[in-house]
Amino acid sequence: MKALSIRQLTKTYRNGVQALKGIDLDVEEGDFFALLGPNGAGKTTAIGIITSLVNKTSGKVEVFGHDIDTELAAAKSCIGLVPQEINFNQFETVSTILLNQAGFYGIPRRIARERLEKYLTALQLWDKRNAVSRSLSGGMKRRLMIARALMHEPRLLILDEPTAGVDIEVRRSMWTFMRDINAAGTTIILTTHYLEEAESLCRNVAIIDQGRIIENDRMSRVLRKLQTEVFVFNLRDPITAAPELPGYQVVMPDDHTLEIEVSKDQNLNDIFTQLSAAGLAVLSMRNKSNRLEELFMRLVNQREKETGIVA
Amino acid sequence: MYVKTNLIGFNTIVIREFGRIVRIWAQTIVPPAITATLYFIIFGSLIGRRIGDMGGYSYIQYIAPGLIMMSVITNSYGNVVSSFFGAKFGKHIEELLVAPLPNWLIVCGYVAGGVVRGLLVGVVVTIVTLVFTHISVHNVFVVFSAVLLSSIVFALAGMINAIFAKNFDQITFIPTFVLTPLTYLGGVFYTIALLPDWAQHISQANPILYMVNAFRFGFLGVSDVDVGLAYGIMLAFAAALFAACLILLNKGVGTRE
Repeated sequence: MKALSIRQLTKTYRNGVQALKGIDLDVEEGDFFALLGPNGAGKTTAIGIITSLVNKTSGKVEVFGHDIDTELAAAKSCIGLVPQEINFNQFETVSTILLNQAGFYGIPRRIARERLEKYLTALQLWDKRNAVSRSLSGGMKRRLMIARALMHEPRLLILDEPTAGVDIEVRRSMWTFMRDINAAGTTIILTTHYLEEAESLCRNVAIIDQGRIIENDRMSRVLRKLQTEVFVFNLRDPITAAPELPGYQVVMPDDHTLEIEVSKDQNLNDIFTQLSAAGLAVLSMRNKSNRLEELFMRLVNQREKETGIVA
Repeated sequence: MYVKTNLIGFNTIVIREFGRIVRIWAQTIVPPAITATLYFIIFGSLIGRRIGDMGGYSYIQYIAPGLIMMSVITNSYGNVVSSFFGAKFGKHIEELLVAPLPNWLIVCGYVAGGVVRGLLVGVVVTIVTLVFTHISVHNVFVVFSAVLLSSIVFALAGMINAIFAKNFDQITFIPTFVLTPLTYLGGVFYTIALLPDWAQHISQANPILYMVNAFRFGFLGVSDVDVGLAYGIMLAFAAALFAACLILLNKGVGTRE
């Protein structure tokens, strides 16, 4: 079953900005789906329409088969939203925010209290249950919004940049939590600017730019579309000039580093052989940039060239 | 299923609003009590003695129902306008907008919150009133129904103000420049029989005149207007404002992009 089905969705704001230009998107039940795009691409508008925070101009949206035009309450019941901006009452306590949220979804108080303990414990916020929410740190506020979105145990969880501004340790623990939630059967749609996060967590991806979907496929297939990758080699001994490696483009950023572009039909063994023959010892090697990030930038740049519009 | 969901959702909104009223009691409950005390001291005890009787009652007794009603009206309005606009400003209105609650229930929840504060303040001001004067009840049904309807009308009006408001100035504009003049000119401190004919006719276009007089009739049995007409006007305002709130929320005015 499709957790989300979008057909020809458009949105034109009153100021004339066309945020969405007829997008089609399907997310299967149980998927961990990345919705990526540069700032202003239309991701948050799309999420706003799905969650009914934004009125659509035209098109059709179904959540687990419930059309938001005809079965809005049923569709809303299926969705949990973690928005980009902090949007809870900063004067209320953590517990009050979660109990109210459960109440808005018709969850009886007894069940709500059980879930409150379950999710606050899982997200390491149980000790803060009586704290006024404005006193929480940035990472805690993000986790509180995740706990809040889970209080009615939604079938579809939409995470709009959930780890923005969160330190790496907390981010990793949030990833583990999101994986567990997904493994338990919750469909997750994730938007993020940390492409490493999307590559690590998501099975399918759509890239949206200037209101259109420019890529929509399995993550592995999307990454295979990268024709070349740049690898960074750290050398043991300093060099004065970049060695000539037939068939490869070599750049020397400093006297201990080489950047070598490798295409899909080439292999790293050959490079190591040639470097050894040139008398160069390699201490370590890494991708110059995250693979998804590289693909993302190429797709967006390609579109900018085609349309002449810079995002 | 949705009946249960809606009932729990409604209770949650009302409990949240009540929690807010109690949390900021120094802003919600105390000021009306102080204001009412000052009114009774100045207009009731000091100036009132020189004014003499009005409508067959001492001046302090005559203005008492109007002062209670004035507190109820301003607090019902003020609660919804500040709470709903605060929720918009802080973006936590989104908690309600993404939830499966129908818009009519959101309106009812906020209005109930406004009524709770209005009636709570009404009780406090009534207690203050009893410190200064004796007050009898002519018709208990009229007292409760008039105060309830007036509270609903102004809670709804506060909601419309909050829906349209884009900044804090806009939530103080209506109370300062519309609500306060209408209240003061709505027969709280005088009977409109004291006014020249033309001023009486203008006063009759003021809805607060009907609310204050219906409420005064409940206590004292005297009124400047027909009480049946007053109920008709209150019910008509309540229905029209509820419909307006619903249409605005359904269209997403002030709440959705």
